[in-house]
Amino acid sequence: MTPLLSVEKLNVFYDAFQAVHDVDLTVGEGEIVSIIGANGAGKSSFLKALVRQAGRVTGSARLDGCDLAALSTREIVAKGIALVPEGRKLFPTLTIFENLRIGQELGRKGDIGFEQVYEWFPVLRERRDSRARELSGGQQQMVALGRALLANPRLLLCDEISLGLAPRVVNELYAIIPQVRERGVAVVVVEQDISRSLAVADRFVCFLEGEVSLSGRPADADRDTIMQHYFGGAH
Amino acid sequence: MVETILNLIVQGVLIGGLYALFALGLSLSLGVMRFVNIAHGDMIVLFSFVLLSLTGVLGWSPFLVALILLPVAFGLGWLLQRFLLQRTVGKGILPILLVTFGLSIIIQNGLLEAYGPNTRKLSGGAIELAALRLGPIDVGVYPLLVFLLAVALIAGLDAFLYRTAIGARIRAVADDPAAADLIGLTSARIYPVAMGVVGITMLVAASCMSVWTNFDPSIGPSRLLAAFEAVVLGGLGSLWGTLIGGVIIGVAQNFGSQIDASWQILAQHLVFLVALVFRPQGLFARS
Amino acid sequence: MSTPMLLGARAILAAGVLACLAGPWLFDANSLTVLTEFFIVVTLALMWNLLAGYADIISVGQQGFVGVGAYAFFGFTALLHMSVWAAVPLAALTTLLIAVPVMAVIFRLRTAYLAVGTWVAADVLMLIAGKLPGFGGGSGTSLPIPVVKQFGARLGDRIDMFYALSLGLALIAFLATWALLRSRIGLGLTAMRDNEEAAGSSGVDLVRTRILCFLWTAPFLGLAGVMTALEKLRVAPTASFNITDWTIDIIFIVVIGGIGSLEGPILGAILFFLLRQWLADFGAWYLILLGVISIGVILFEPKGLWGACRRWGFPDILPAGHAPGPGAPERVAGPDAQEAPAARTVG
Ligand SMILES: Nc1ncnc2c1ncn2[C@@H]1O[C@H](COP(=O)(O)OP(=O)(O)O)[C@@H](O)[C@H]1O
Ligand SMILES: [Mg+2]
Repeated sequence: MTPLLSVEKLNVFYDAFQAVHDVDLTVGEGEIVSIIGANGAGKSSFLKALVRQAGRVTGSARLDGCDLAALSTREIVAKGIALVPEGRKLFPTLTIFENLRIGQELGRKGDIGFEQVYEWFPVLRERRDSRARELSGGQQQMVALGRALLANPRLLLCDEISLGLAPRVVNELYAIIPQVRERGVAVVVVEQDISRSLAVADRFVCFLEGEVSLSGRPADADRDTIMQHYFGGAH
Repeated sequence: MVETILNLIVQGVLIGGLYALFALGLSLSLGVMRFVNIAHGDMIVLFSFVLLSLTGVLGWSPFLVALILLPVAFGLGWLLQRFLLQRTVGKGILPILLVTFGLSIIIQNGLLEAYGPNTRKLSGGAIELAALRLGPIDVGVYPLLVFLLAVALIAGLDAFLYRTAIGARIRAVADDPAAADLIGLTSARIYPVAMGVVGITMLVAASCMSVWTNFDPSIGPSRLLAAFEAVVLGGLGSLWGTLIGGVIIGVAQNFGSQIDASWQILAQHLVFLVALVFRPQGLFARS
Repeated sequence: MSTPMLLGARAILAAGVLACLAGPWLFDANSLTVLTEFFIVVTLALMWNLLAGYADIISVGQQGFVGVGAYAFFGFTALLHMSVWAAVPLAALTTLLIAVPVMAVIFRLRTAYLAVGTWVAADVLMLIAGKLPGFGGGSGTSLPIPVVKQFGARLGDRIDMFYALSLGLALIAFLATWALLRSRIGLGLTAMRDNEEAAGSSGVDLVRTRILCFLWTAPFLGLAGVMTALEKLRVAPTASFNITDWTIDIIFIVVIGGIGSLEGPILGAILFFLLRQWLADFGAWYLILLGVISIGVILFEPKGLWGACRRWGFPDILPAGHAPGPGAPERVAGPDAQEAPAARTVG
C-alpha cells in the first residue's frame, strides 16, 4: 500500500540559505505525525514547502502517488492538503463566516461542512458575523482550523496551533484532532511544545537545523534522547 | 446672495459626483493592491479619446459606446495588472510607482502624437441642455444623472465587494496577500480581477467626463490629483467616503472658481491640505 | 573588482572634472550653455536619487522647490534690490524655510500617498507663485537687466559666470551628498535602501532620517531654481515650476542611470543629454521611448545601468561608504517575502 504522503530528499532554499536538508517522510492515511524541533529548525518551511509556499523547493513530494512539484498551491489544496499556517493568518476584516467559506470554496468536496465545524467549535456559529480581528486568540485559532477542515483535506497540516494560547483552549483544539483522524484524515502536527504533540501522535520526527535528527514512536523514545536531538549535541 | 451660495454648493455637489467617479478606481486600487496608480488620470483620458474615435466612426451616443466597451475596459485592466503591474508586487512601493509613472508619460505623449494637443468634447445629445428648476436654483439634468450614476456605481461596488464570494476573496487578498497565498487563494489571480473592475470604473468616469467637460491629452494628472484628494479626504477603504471626498473637492472648486481659474484648483488643494492636517486618516476611514 | 579598471574609471572621472573646471578656456559659448544646463540637471538628479534611492521617498513634486528658488531669487534681486550675491544664499534659505511647513503637512501621508502629496504641494506652490504681486502673474516676467549685469557686463562673461556657478552647484551638491552618505546618517540610509525593515528594527529612526533627507534636498533644489532663472533670464509659473523639465526628465535619468548609487544619476544625465541631441526632433516620441525604457529598466534591471555595471564586476568609482559588495544579498523575494522578518535576510 502506498502511503498518503511520501516525501523524499526535500530541500528548501531561501536564496543561498538552505532551511531544510534532504528530509524524507511518509504519512499514512489516518495517521498523526508530529514534527518537533527548536525555533528555526525548519518545521514551518517544511510544511509550507508541501504546499509550494516556501522559497525554492527541490526533491519530491507525492500525495497518493501524485507528484506535487508540478502543481500550484491552489491545485494542491484542491487535491487535499490544507495548511493551518503559523500565526493563524486569518483575514482580519472578513467575518468568521467569510473566512470559513473561503476555505470551503478552495478545497475538496467532502462531508465536512459548516454544520460539522460549528459542532466542533460552537462559538464560531455564535460569532459567525463578527470580524476575525474581533475574536480572541483561541477563537481565531478555531477559525483557522475550521477554515482548513472545511477544505475537506486528506492531509491536514497544523503549524503551532497552541502558540500563545491558554492550556484550556489548547485542550479544546487538540481534542478535535483524533476526531478528524477518525474520518480518515492524516494529520501532521508541528509544535515546539513536545509533550503536547507527542501525546496525540502515532509517530514523531525531530528536526534539527533543517535535518531530521530523530524519528520514532512516542512510546519508544525517552526524554533525554529527544532533548539531545532537539537542541543538538551540546545539551 | 444666499441663492448664489446655495447654487454654488448644489453645482459643486453635483460635480463632486464626477470626481467620485474619477476616484472610485483609485480607491479600489489603493484599498486592494495598496498602490497609487500614477497613470490613473491618464487612463481615464485614454478611454475618453477611445470614445471620441469610436463615436466619430459609428455615430452613436458615447454612452452606448461606453456600455458596449465595458468588457473591453475590464479586460484592459485585467491585462495591465496580469502582465505588467503584477511583476512589481511584493517589491516595495518604488517599482510600482515608477512603472505607472512611465505608463502615464507614455499615454500622455501617445495621445499627443495621435490626437494633437487640441481640447475635445463629446456631445451627449439633448440631455446636456435639459434643466430642472428646484426652488430657486436650476439643476442640470445631466449633472444630476452623473451624480446618481456615481451613487449607483458605489452601491453596486459595495454590494459586489461585500455580498459576493469573489468580493470576499478580493477583500481577503487586500487584508493579507501572503496569507491568501498560503491557503491557495492565489493573490496573483485576484489582483487582475480587481484591476479589471478598476478599468470599468475608469471607462464610466471617462464617458461622463468627456460629455461634461473639455479634455485634452495633458489633463490626466489633474484628474489624478483630484481623485487622490477625494480618496484621502474620504478615508481609505470607504467608497461612500470617497463620494463625500469628491463632493468636498467639487464644492471647494466651485467656490474658488468665483475668483479665477487658478483659485479653482488652489481652493481644491487647500481644502485637501487643511483636512490632511486635522484629519490625516480621512473623514470616514475604516480603521 | 579589478584595480586597473577602477583606476582607469577614476582617471576618466578626474579628467572629466578637470575639463569641466577648465571649461571656459576649452569650450565655445554654445557648449558652455549646454553644460550649464547639464550641471543643473545633475544637481536635480542627485537630489531626486537621494530621496528615491535612499530615503524611500518618491517625489513627483521636486519642481515645487526649484520654482521657489527661482522666485525667491527674483524677489530678492528685482523687487528688494539686493545684491545677487546676497540673493543666491537667501534663495536657498527661503526654499529650506518653505520646505519645513510643506514637509510637516505632506509627511502625514505615508509611502505611496506621499508621492502624490509632493505633487499636490508643488501644484500649490506654483499656483501661489502665479498670484504673487510683482512677479508677473500667470505669464511671469523677465529678470531686470541691472540684475543680470551684476554677473558680468558682457554676454560672454555672463555665460562663463553662469557656467561656473552651475558647475560649482553640481560639485557642492555632489560632495555634500557624498559626505552625507558616508556619515553615520548615511549608514542608516544605506541600510534603509537595502532593507527598510532591517533599518527600522536596527534602531535607525526612519522618520527622522526621511525628514532630514527631504529638507536636505530643498536648498539644493532652490539653488538649481536660481540657475534656471538665470539661464532663462525670467521667472514664470509654468517654466520655473515645470514638472517635465525638473521632475519627469529627472526621474527618467535616475531610473535609467541607476537608483541608489552616486554614479547612476550622473551616468543617466550624460546619457539623457546624448539621447536628446539625437532624438530632440522626435518630440513626444522621445518621451514615449524614455517611458518604455524606464519601465523595462524597473522590471528587468531595477538598479539601472550602474546596477548592471556593478553586476558585471565593475567597482563603485565613488563608494558611498557603506555600499554592499556585488555579492551582497538582495531582498528576499520568495512567495512570502512580505511576511519574512528582515532579520532573516542573511548578511
Ligand atoms: N522567507 C524566508 N526568507 C529567508 N529565510 C527564511 C524565510 N523563512 C524562514 N527562513 C529561515 O529558515 C529557517 C527555518 O525557519 P522556519 O521554517 O520558520 O523554522 P521553524 O518553523 O522550525 O521555527 C530559519 O533560519 C529562518 O530564519
Ligand atoms: Mg515555525
